[in-house]
Amino acid sequence: MSGNSYNEMYDAAGTLRPHYQAFADWLAAMPPERLARKRAEADTAFHRVGITFAVYGEEAGTERLIPFDIIPRIIPAAEWAALQAGLWQRVKALNAFLNDIYHDQEILRAGKIPADQVLNNAQFRREMMGVDVPSGIYAHIAGVDIVRAGAGESYVLEDNLRVPSGVSYMIEDRKMMMRLFPELFSRHLIAPVQHYPDMLLENLRTVAPKGVSNPTVVLLTPGAYNSAYFEHTFLAQQMGIELVEGRDLFVKDETVFMRTTQGPQRVDVIYRRLDDDFLDPLVFNKESMLGVPGLLSAYRSGHVTLANAIGTGVADDKSIYPYVPQMISFYLGEKPKLKNVPTWMLRQPEDLEYALAHLSELVVKEVHGAGGYGMLVGPAATKAEIEEFRARIVATPEKYIAQPTLALSSCPTFVDSGIAPRHLDLRPFVLSGKQIGLVPGGLTRVALREGSLVVNSSQGGGTKDTWVLEN
Amino acid sequence: MLSRTADHLYWMARYTERAENLARLLDVSYQMSLVPQSVAAQNENWRAILALNSLEAAFAQVYAEVNVDNVLRFMVADPANPSSIYTCLRAARENAHAVRGTLTAEMWESVNATWIELREQTFEQIHSRGVSEFFDWVKLRSAVTRGVTFGTMLKDDSLHFIRLGGLLERGDNTARILDMQYHILRNGDEGASDFYRWGALLRSLSAFQVYRKVYRDAITPGRVAELLILRVDMPRSLHACADGIVRMLQLIANNASAETERQAGVLHAGLHFARIEDILSGGLHEYLTDFMDRIYELGDGISRDFLVAA
Repeated sequence: MSGNSYNEMYDAAGTLRPHYQAFADWLAAMPPERLARKRAEADTAFHRVGITFAVYGEEAGTERLIPFDIIPRIIPAAEWAALQAGLWQRVKALNAFLNDIYHDQEILRAGKIPADQVLNNAQFRREMMGVDVPSGIYAHIAGVDIVRAGAGESYVLEDNLRVPSGVSYMIEDRKMMMRLFPELFSRHLIAPVQHYPDMLLENLRTVAPKGVSNPTVVLLTPGAYNSAYFEHTFLAQQMGIELVEGRDLFVKDETVFMRTTQGPQRVDVIYRRLDDDFLDPLVFNKESMLGVPGLLSAYRSGHVTLANAIGTGVADDKSIYPYVPQMISFYLGEKPKLKNVPTWMLRQPEDLEYALAHLSELVVKEVHGAGGYGMLVGPAATKAEIEEFRARIVATPEKYIAQPTLALSSCPTFVDSGIAPRHLDLRPFVLSGKQIGLVPGGLTRVALREGSLVVNSSQGGGTKDTWVLEN
Repeated sequence: MLSRTADHLYWMARYTERAENLARLLDVSYQMSLVPQSVAAQNENWRAILALNSLEAAFAQVYAEVNVDNVLRFMVADPANPSSIYTCLRAARENAHAVRGTLTAEMWESVNATWIELREQTFEQIHSRGVSEFFDWVKLRSAVTRGVTFGTMLKDDSLHFIRLGGLLERGDNTARILDMQYHILRNGDEGASDFYRWGALLRSLSAFQVYRKVYRDAITPGRVAELLILRVDMPRSLHACADGIVRMLQLIANNASAETERQAGVLHAGLHFARIEDILSGGLHEYLTDFMDRIYELGDGISRDFLVAA
């Protein structure tokens, strides 16, 4: 499959693309032993610093390195400018959508999206109806997954608006490349990304509750056993804010406080890396030991800001995804700048019929799934796997969507047999507050298994440094 | 700072210090067991170590007989023993892991490396290389961790809670080691072997050369007690620990901690103005027991005022 997909480095005739020229010259001049040594050095350094993630479903406490590849994914300036404009537009529309459905629901009354799809969605939070959030922003941090297919056109695969992760790898990958190959950075004009934590902190400060001039911002983590705990520690440290767990916080008089050695201290903005369900045991999951009792009441009364807001999941749900182009035209009066992947919604009989007849060509995903768990990649699946999946779809078709299998673009990557093309995607992180912004770049994930289209780290994916070139 | 963060730092330091002092205690017991004596007397000394940590029952569940090998195995490498060196270093590492964002990279790497190295050796390997070498390693790792702590951490409350935990634990442990050995030594036969035993006790607390330097005279029980209790310039003495505890409490004081500060002040003043003759005539064991009770109460107060504060 890698052979006929869009290659980021070479065109169809096998000619080097101009933006890779300087890198290719450098690579050709590098002695193989030096490259091997540098790759080993990267592994050691990642291990020593403990940049790992926990894998669910394996032995408790299993920590793994995410493989890092030293061949960067390079994006020319003009391409990035187009991508950036599309991302801003999309995230603006998604925030407008969230503000609308938790207030007047004009888009539903206009009949652009079937009301029952939104109101009966498990991710729709009735508790948020009529709640005003600062600047009308719900998704302060969005991790939008972009893939390139066909002749190189970009598609949005998913809008991650709940607790998107991976930004620490974007920063660590850059640090690693600069450490291993400083000379590359004098040969290229590469846009910096390491100021992301500063931008994030500034963004979080601008959405503090009204009347708070010097807000206290904290990062709320589920704890050391969460798969992204390294990232939580990393971001809190980089921003110089407290990394708190639910038990460090309490609510009194509809105000959130943290327990400190100098007594209770008020908290104004919570960058939470905890799902909605676990935030407040009084309202959501009663069994949750990770949340803060009374948090929702403090939030609803406007005494604390949560980033992201509660209830953003309804906008990145896979059953709502097909309607994002309608949102863009409805709220912004614009044409979508980024493409959506055509999607069959298996709750609709005619879509279901089509999908069941073409399972071996399609990718089927759970509507509420994430992380590459619980999906079928038709062309890569065995007959038995397809039949097993078919039974699950027939039992509860409303739980699934199907999409054509995109020939994801690929990029040369170090593998056991040498350098070979592997498929990849890109997750830029879009920050929304008083303004909207993003650092030039994102996390490039690469499927290390030959032919694999699944880039998730939990499924054997790796990462690459992402270079946005400046003109 | 967050109470939970302070709690983890405080216990990280306590467990690190506890592991070091355990190594010191076991080392002195081992050295003393090399001095000629009856097997019964020797085993009595090992029993005293279990009693000191209230571990007789837990020990008896797993081991049939109190002897040097069994007690060493139990106190060094048994994961089921809540007070073994293994357990202490694991707890230190777990506490560090929970707040690794607060630690400097060097500190985390030091605590983590200690745990990884420990985990990789079996008791048989430790035993065949000689336990004294292992005890030296534990002391060295503790020194390295302490060194990077002082050498790399910002002097803010994080450091103060680490130091407070270490000082409290050290004061308690010095009192324990002294209490046990003094008891055994006073009951032993007078004679040449006593010189080696007092020497081993002093060495275990890194106090042998200090003793020579301070007293330039023969080793007597009274002077040993004075050195380890009252000398403020002796870093492991009770006085030095109380001194540090008072200073740390002043630095972290909040509006709930006045009573704890007062208790620490009373303890410190008592050590500052005491005479060794009075302590010995009132009974050293009684004195040390009272000191350990007060340290326990201080720990309670610190916990209440700062670490689980609402």
